[in-house]
Amino acid sequence: MTRPALTDRPPAAPDPPRRAGRASGPSRRRRRLGVLVTITLFVLPALVLFTLLVLAPIALAAYTSLFKWNGLGGLPQNWIGLDNYTRMFADEVFLGDLRRGGLLIVLSLVIQLPLSLGLAMLLNQKMRGRAFYRLVFFAPYVLSEVITGVLFTMILSPEAGLANQILGTVGLSGLQSSWLAEPDTVMMSLFLVMTWKYFGFHMILYLAGRQGIPKELGEAAAIDGAGPWKQFRHVTLPLLGPTIRISVFLSVIGAIQLFDLVWVLTAGGPIHSSETMAVTMFQFGFKRSQIGYASAISVVMFLISLIFALAYQRFVMRRDTQGAITTMGDQR
Amino acid sequence: MSLSRRSVVVVAAAAALLAGGCGGQSNSGSTATGTGGAAEKVTVEWWNISTTEPLKSFWVKKVKEYQDAHPNVTIKNVPIENEAFKAKLTTVTQSGKTPDLFTTWGGGVLKQQIDAGLVKDLSSEAATWIADFTPAALQAYQFDQKTYGIPHDIGMVGFWYNKELFEKAGITTPPATWTEFLDAVKKLKAAGVTPIALAGKEKWPGHYYWAYLAMRIAGLDALKQAAVDDDFTKPDFIAAGQKLKELVDLQPFQKGFLGAGYGTSDGQAAAMGNGKAAMELMGQWAPSVQSDVGKGLGDKLGFFPFPAVEGGKGSISDAFGGGGGYSVGVNAPPAALDFLKFISSKEIHKQEVETGAVLPVLKGEEGVVKDPNLSVVAKQLASATGFQLYLDQAYPPAVGQEVNDSVAALIAGSKTPEQVSQAITETAKSE
Repeated sequence: MTRPALTDRPPAAPDPPRRAGRASGPSRRRRRLGVLVTITLFVLPALVLFTLLVLAPIALAAYTSLFKWNGLGGLPQNWIGLDNYTRMFADEVFLGDLRRGGLLIVLSLVIQLPLSLGLAMLLNQKMRGRAFYRLVFFAPYVLSEVITGVLFTMILSPEAGLANQILGTVGLSGLQSSWLAEPDTVMMSLFLVMTWKYFGFHMILYLAGRQGIPKELGEAAAIDGAGPWKQFRHVTLPLLGPTIRISVFLSVIGAIQLFDLVWVLTAGGPIHSSETMAVTMFQFGFKRSQIGYASAISVVMFLISLIFALAYQRFVMRRDTQGAITTMGDQR
Repeated sequence: MSLSRRSVVVVAAAAALLAGGCGGQSNSGSTATGTGGAAEKVTVEWWNISTTEPLKSFWVKKVKEYQDAHPNVTIKNVPIENEAFKAKLTTVTQSGKTPDLFTTWGGGVLKQQIDAGLVKDLSSEAATWIADFTPAALQAYQFDQKTYGIPHDIGMVGFWYNKELFEKAGITTPPATWTEFLDAVKKLKAAGVTPIALAGKEKWPGHYYWAYLAMRIAGLDALKQAAVDDDFTKPDFIAAGQKLKELVDLQPFQKGFLGAGYGTSDGQAAAMGNGKAAMELMGQWAPSVQSDVGKGLGDKLGFFPFPAVEGGKGSISDAFGGGGGYSVGVNAPPAALDFLKFISSKEIHKQEVETGAVLPVLKGEEGVVKDPNLSVVAKQLASATGFQLYLDQAYPPAVGQEVNDSVAALIAGSKTPEQVSQAITETAKSE
């Protein structure tokens, strides 16, 4: 005989004889109804907002993407099927967007995240002014994208910019560059600014993850004869797994949706060489008033993000999301 | 149970609030419509871009004057910054509404709004006073002999140049032909001066060159016909690209011009205003922006019209530019048109011109302009033999942006003159 489940009434509960047999049915039903009402009340506001502000616009964008429409004159009329999509995948600029997005993702994963990880490990050591360094490295993340963009258009200005001035003063004039003003250098300059903006955020993530690892594990490894590198490789890194996986996820999604920084820095130029999908979408939607085509771009952007997010959660973050409470703070 | 009943009320209230919040926005247009009687209270919503002085407080004063004379009319004066205005108006028009009275630049954007049935045809109701405006100023708002907007400002693009730097390079008279112009560029380069400042990051300043060359070579009528036929591949348009390429090949622009903005601290206007470049092709606002973001040139600043091209069909006195005006929403109350008539009257427009913020749009007003630079432009405009609106406004937005994009690519060296013509034609055909 096992313990009765908590929700079950003990069968021997002494009911008053007049309610026996009839009373338990309706009262339980009424209670279940109460629970249902409560759930509905709590879920409804969020559900309504989510439907209105997330699902409906997505559905609307998917619908308008099948039309040739300049956004004026009521509902779209000119149905053109998948023409917007075929046009998109024949367009050099859009294909370039995909290439550039991929490049930014690779650079982020290979350079930006390891850099953040290294700094986090460094700032986990006991040293003077540790809190100060942490603050300084995190500070760029607090600035808005637009402020960062304006700041770096001034720093990277070819004529009067701080970057070229400093390089000239310290005798490295060979490294002076037109930065954002040349198609060849603009992507690297953009990545530089992105790294400056976001490395602090990932650093803080790693630092928090690192501090959650019990000291005893490192000590035990040290007693077993593991040097610093082996401790890092076989104790710290595996235990940082969940943090790293989240940080990679945020980094990739952020790169796919990148807009404001590019818009302020270069507006996608020179000659589309730093354009991202979001910038192209904005150009067609708001500058050329081709809402149908812009919607098609946004749908493709959404699908790429969705497929990546689902696949990543299914295959990479499976263990992290099971049972664990993961707060996926918005990176943007 | 009492708890859940209370929460029902709370949720209902929240929902009502939400619905009210949404509804309020969509209603704002309709509160102004419908009422027409003289004694009835009327609100006219007026969106404009006069967010800076002197016009900002000028309009506040004029609105008050009008309201004092018409106690039943409330003018809701809504100044919105230029770029924000465009985005906001786009959003509103896409939901099928417009403010009662709003700033417009005419051309392709206005045409789209007219086709969507959003803009009032003023031809008959305003016929008596439309006749007072100069044809050049009105042109941007007229389609099929109908007028859909009232101009308030007009200007033109030309070369603003630094007299001191021209002297230094040994150029005594401003170039009048394209050959002379290219010679001047070579002389400036030889003298170690950056000949031309250009904002390559913003594409509209680059399109001025191609547009003017097309006007000079193919002529105004050919430009208009090209928009009708959706064909920009005629030899004259390709020649315009080739002439521009001749200029680009001389590398006349400042270092890093592909990333330079127009009004930013290291952009085109600053390069001119600080004497680092000898000239820029820009509209009548150039002198004020030069002294805003740079030191300004004062007496050293001069103006010459875009040079003629030898053998071209266009004249050197054909002007290229644009202005600003106001259109009336199709559902606006009669008071909106009456207020527009009030602010467009000779007396008030003269005061507006005297503030120095706009140029004359009414006939015979050129003398009112005091600023010497603006006076030159006003006189050029008054004697213009023809007028062409900015291409990125005259054509539908997609075509206009394609002109900007393709010409920018030509200047950056990634498109040939033939490809520019091809790209513009393709976009025009698809619209």
